[in-house]
Parts: sequence; C-alpha cells; structure tokens
Amino acid sequence: MSCSCHDQDPLIPQIAVIKEVRVDTHDVTTFKIVDNFGKKPFEFLPGQCAMISIPPIGEAIFSITSSPSQEEFIECSIKKCGTVTDYLHQLEAGSEIGVRGPYGNNFPVEELKNKDLVFIGGGIGLAPLRSVINYVMDNRDDFGKVDIVYGARTPGDLVHSKDIFDVWPKEKDTTVHLTVDSLSENWDGNVGFVPNYVKTLGFDSNKIALVCGPPIMIKYTLQALEEMGFKKDQVYTTLELKMKCGIGKCGRCNIGDKYVCKDGPVFRCDEITELPNEY
Amino acid sequence: MKKILKTKLPELWQKIDADFDLFLPIEKNKTLNFSLWKEGEKVNLDRVRTNASPKHLVFPQTETYLKFKNENKKLSLEVVEAEGDEYVLFGVRPCDVKSFKLLDNIFLRDPVDTYYKVHRDRGIIISLGCSNPEDTCFCTSFGVEAASAPEGADIAAWDMGDSFLWKTQSEKGQKLMESVEEFFTDAHEKDLKTLEHEKDNIREKLKELPFSNIDLSKIKGTQQEIFDQEEIWNEFSEKCLACGTCSYLCPTCHCYDLCDYKGSNKGEKFRCWDSCMSSDFTLMAHGNPRTSQMQRLRQRFMHKLVYYPKNHEGVYSCVGCGRCADRCPVHIDIVKIIKKLGGEKNEL
Ligand SMILES: Cc1cc2nc3c(=O)[nH]c(=O)nc-3n(C[C@H](O)[C@H](O)[C@H](O)COP(=O)(O)OP(=O)(O)OC[C@H]3O[C@@H](n4cnc5c(N)ncnc54)[C@H](O)[C@@H]3O)c2cc1C
Ligand code: SF4
Ligand code: SF4
Ligand code: FES
Repeated sequence: MSCSCHDQDPLIPQIAVIKEVRVDTHDVTTFKIVDNFGKKPFEFLPGQCAMISIPPIGEAIFSITSSPSQEEFIECSIKKCGTVTDYLHQLEAGSEIGVRGPYGNNFPVEELKNKDLVFIGGGIGLAPLRSVINYVMDNRDDFGKVDIVYGARTPGDLVHSKDIFDVWPKEKDTTVHLTVDSLSENWDGNVGFVPNYVKTLGFDSNKIALVCGPPIMIKYTLQALEEMGFKKDQVYTTLELKMKCGIGKCGRCNIGDKYVCKDGPVFRCDEITELPNEY
Repeated sequence: MKKILKTKLPELWQKIDADFDLFLPIEKNKTLNFSLWKEGEKVNLDRVRTNASPKHLVFPQTETYLKFKNENKKLSLEVVEAEGDEYVLFGVRPCDVKSFKLLDNIFLRDPVDTYYKVHRDRGIIISLGCSNPEDTCFCTSFGVEAASAPEGADIAAWDMGDSFLWKTQSEKGQKLMESVEEFFTDAHEKDLKTLEHEKDNIREKLKELPFSNIDLSKIKGTQQEIFDQEEIWNEFSEKCLACGTCSYLCPTCHCYDLCDYKGSNKGEKFRCWDSCMSSDFTLMAHGNPRTSQMQRLRQRFMHKLVYYPKNHEGVYSCVGCGRCADRCPVHIDIVKIIKKLGGEKNEL
C-alpha cells in the first residue's frame, strides 16, 4: 500500500470514492463512502465526524451516520443547504472526493452500557444518532430498553425511512415513536413538535437521553426532559458551529473555552450550562 | 558571552546570508517589518516595534498545502510541502519571542500542524533586549523578560552602544555561533558589568511606562460573569470598525481560514489568516451565533484574557507588545479593556 498518511498534516484529505448514493428526501441524500482500496476510509466512534472536500468547491463537516461496527464503508447523510452540499448532491456513484477525519469526540457508549436509552432526533439530526443506534443494535445485549423518538416537518422529510419503519421496530426491546409537525395525508402517526411529543411519552427519568437536531428543537427538548425529571448529567446532545480545521486550531468553533470540533460535538448537558450562551 | 562591534554587522549579515535566509527589521517607506535581508537594505535595530509581528515566518499569511485536479469524477491531490530554507531571525523583541511559545501551544499540540512545525524548526531566533521601550509597551504585565535573556531565543543579544553582546542559549544557537565566530571576541568582565547596568536601566524604563501598572488580577469573576458584562463590551464595540487590523498585527492571534483557489477544475487549497472580528467568520446554514460586532469583539478579548488562560495553565494570549494600542484606527486596545474589566473608570 502506498499510504504516506503518517507524515501528513491533519488538514490533508485522502481521496475517497462515493460508492453509493441514496436519496432520502427532497433535500437529504445519504452517501456511502469508501477509500481508494474500496474499504472504510478510517476508524471512528459513534458521534464523530468526517470533513468532506470537493475541490475547488470547498469543505464541510458531517456526522458519520453508519455504525462503527460496519467495516466496509462510512455513510454520511447530507442536507442540501449551501455551496458544498449543493455540489455534493449533484455527484454520482464513482465520483472521487476528499475526506479527512475522524474529528470530534463521541457518544460515550461504554458508559451507556446496561442503561435504558432514549434517542430523540429532529430532521437531519438523526444522522449522528443513527451511528449510535446501529452500534447499540450491533451489540444489543449490552444495553437496556431503547426508545427512539424521531420527528420531521412532514412525513416526506423523515430520513433513513428503512431503518425507522422496517429495521429498528423489529429489534428486541426497541420502540420507535415518530411524529411530524403538521397534519399530513397518508400519516397515521403522531402530529406535533418533538419536545411536546416527548412530554406525552412520559419516559422514566432513570434513562439516558441522547438528543440531536436543529438548535431550537434541542433547546425545547432539553427543557421538556428537565420537566420530566431528567437530570442534566443524564442527557447528551450535540452542538453545531462553523468549522474549518476540525482540530481546535483555526479558532472558529469555540463556545467559551471549549472547541466544538475537539471537545464536542457531543456534550453532556451539565457541561453545556457552564458555557457562555453563544450557540 | 560574546561581543561584536557594530561596524562588523554588514560582514556578519553577509556571512549569515550565505548560509541562511536572513530576516531583519527592515525599513521601507517608514514601515518597519521583518523582511529578507539584501545588501543595501535599511536595517533598523533601534525601533523596538515592527509594524507586523514576525509570526508570518512560522505561520505565513497565506500558504498553499494542496494542489488538485478534479475532472470526470477523478480527483488527484498533490501535497505541497512547506517551503523555505533554514533562516535566522535577528532582532526579535522578547515579547515576540514569547508569542512563538504561545503559538506553539496551539500548533504543536496534538495533532501537530506539520507546516508550522517545519517553519518553526528551521528558524534560529536571536532576541534583542529593549533598550528603548515605547510608551505603548506593557509586556511586564504578561511576564515578558524585556531585559534578561528571554526563554525560547536561541541567542539573546543586547545593544551596548557600539557593540552587541550575544549569549547562545541552544544547540541551534551554538551551531550558528560557530559559523560566525570570526566576527566575535570574548566579552570582558567589564562588558558583563555594563550589561548588568544596561539591564537595570531597561527595568527602570519599563517601570516608568504609562501602562506598566496594569493589573490583570483585578479582572474577577467566572467566564460567564465576564462574558455577561455587556455594557463594557457594547461601549467598545460601538466604535469598532471590524477592520481586523488588531488580529492581523497581533503576534498571538492564530485564527485561520481554509480556502480553495477556484480554477475551473484545477487549483490549490491554501490557508490564510482570518479574524474573529469579521461577520462571516462563524456564518452557517442555520444562522450565525455571533451576529453583532459586540459579540465578535467580545470573542477576541475573551479569548485572550479568559479562554486561552483556561486552556493553557493561566497563561494569557497577549504579550503586551502594544501593536493593537498603536494601530487600531479607533483606539480600542487591550489595555483599556483590561482596565475596564478590572473596574477602573478609564475614558475610551
Ligand atoms: C459537528 C457537525 C456535524 C454536522 N453533521 C451534519 C450532517 O450529518 N449532515 C448535514 O447535512 N450537515 C451536518 N452539519 C452541517 C454542515 O456542516 C453544514 O450545513 C455545511 O457546512 C454546509 O456547507 P455548505 O458549504 O453546503 O454551506 P455554505 O456554503 O457554507 O452555506 C451555508 C449558508 O451560509 C450562508 N453563507 C455562506 N457563505 C456566505 C457568504 N459569503 N455570504 C453570505 N452568506 C453566506 C448561506 O446562507 C448558506 O446557506 C454538521 C455540522 C457540524 C458542525
Ligand atoms: S483594529 Fe480596532 S477597529 Fe479594527 S477590528 Fe480591531 S478593535 Fe476593531
Ligand atoms: S493583544 Fe495587542 S498587545 Fe497583546 S499581543 Fe496582541 S497586539 Fe500585542
Ligand atoms: S474547526 Fe477549527 S477550531 Fe474548531
């Protein structure tokens, strides 16, 4: 193998190939990515991110949504919302891109062992949670009961529909609770925002909650969990800030003395309360 | 300790220049900056403060790190290695010497920035004691040794009037010393005495400077409490032009951007200095966490005075070089901010 990564700068991407493109919704697509040898580009832990580049368009960071147990590839689910993501959405299988990583910390799966887990996702926020959920499913006996709450604007905006409708509900001790923002045709599930829905589900406050979604959804969900008796150290969430380097040097993604790219994106909620409110 | 007569300097520069890239404080159009020396350049070793700091030698303002070609689904990448030869940097003031250490804390920490490391490793730094500090200097507040030999300099030098005294402090310094030994004599007992006297002089001058009394310990409160003093942040930011001058001239500011040079399908990826003072620094698809200049100015000073110390054992990300005090077009500077945060009622 002619890999010289050992003497390379952490800013330098390796070439990777888009192996498969799966359109999830009108604006979210999941990309299966392999390295030059057709294998997983690098090892990672659930919650960690990859920096994807398409020169000369630019670079952007994305959560890895596949399970770390998956040996053949990594997957990223990407929402079309700007320069890099628009361009990515035009790419077909076989296109080469740059990828570097893994960046950031991870959900502490070791500490979650034997506990009951509640995953709460909103929109594209299911992406990083899916990595942990699938890891839990791959090691199912190590964890307690699993509840997955997931909401999107409309039924058509729910990503990873195969997982949420066909795969996860069939796993043992696992329940999937779905909701959409407003009344829609062909939908017989719950209607309403995620935070309110979580309240009606009335979870036992001895569980561990993992929350990810748009900032406003995270904010109200954390409030709802607190009202339900969850302590801050029982709740994990991810924060999102603009990133360039991914390694705590370009100085862009700090909240107070913490860098989201290095100390995050996963934070336990008692850590967040110590940070200045600037996110 | 060695001694060199000032009359021998032109020969010394020539000799060093033959083996190394030599960077000296060179004056052009009244602007003093560390530039590559050539025969006939106007070297000025009297003025203490260069306009920009020498950080561009270890952290270039722009630096290409990758060349690429992207065509018909195929991507090729070619790593561009850090460029440049071994260099000697003469005349670095102790504050700027310390700023390298503060940059090391960022760039040499795991994962190491290999570009920075290459630039850093191949440089030999010769400091120069500050015989004539300026009114806007306040390095003593940040523990900089403006009189004694600063830690981190490979060679420490002092201006003794008609000569320089020169003390090697590292292997790299020793190697350079050996190559230019012919220009030096051993310093006498008398020279050493004069040097001690000169150091005392410098210390006295530093004590008399207008900002010498700034007291960082007066800034009390938690990160959150200092952050929440919005009245103070507003007062300063109302004047701020967001020009970024302070960040670009500051020897300890290290924020950068990664950009693609956009050819049609061929091009380069490079990094360049960036500033938290600009509005698109943190702009994202779902909004910007710092929408006002108040938030951006607060970030710069919180970083220097609170966040960096929290992450680096209490060390501040400022060396008191006074460049921001000297160059900000609307006279916002870190001294005024320190005083305000410390409860003093100084005028803006
Ligand atoms: C830890 C982390 C994990 C993430 N995980 C995912 C994930 O799994 N999936 C996902 O889809 N996203 C994820 N994101 C978000 C993703 O990184 C951003 O959405 C991405 O950077 C967008 O890149 P872009 O180049 O397409 O957008 P950009 O081109 O950067 O545009 C973003 C927006 O910024 C504005 N903008 C940009 N430049 C300018 C300008 N010069 N002037 C004015 N406005 C401008 C525009 O309004 C634009 O809509 C994650 C982010 C983080 C921090
Ligand atoms: S130099 Fe002065 S005006 Fe310019 S960004 Fe800095 S503080 Fe603001
Ligand atoms: S903040 Fe001002 S005084 Fe401090 S190191 Fe930077 S430019 Fe110099
Ligand atoms: S992305 Fe550069 S510091 Fe976090």
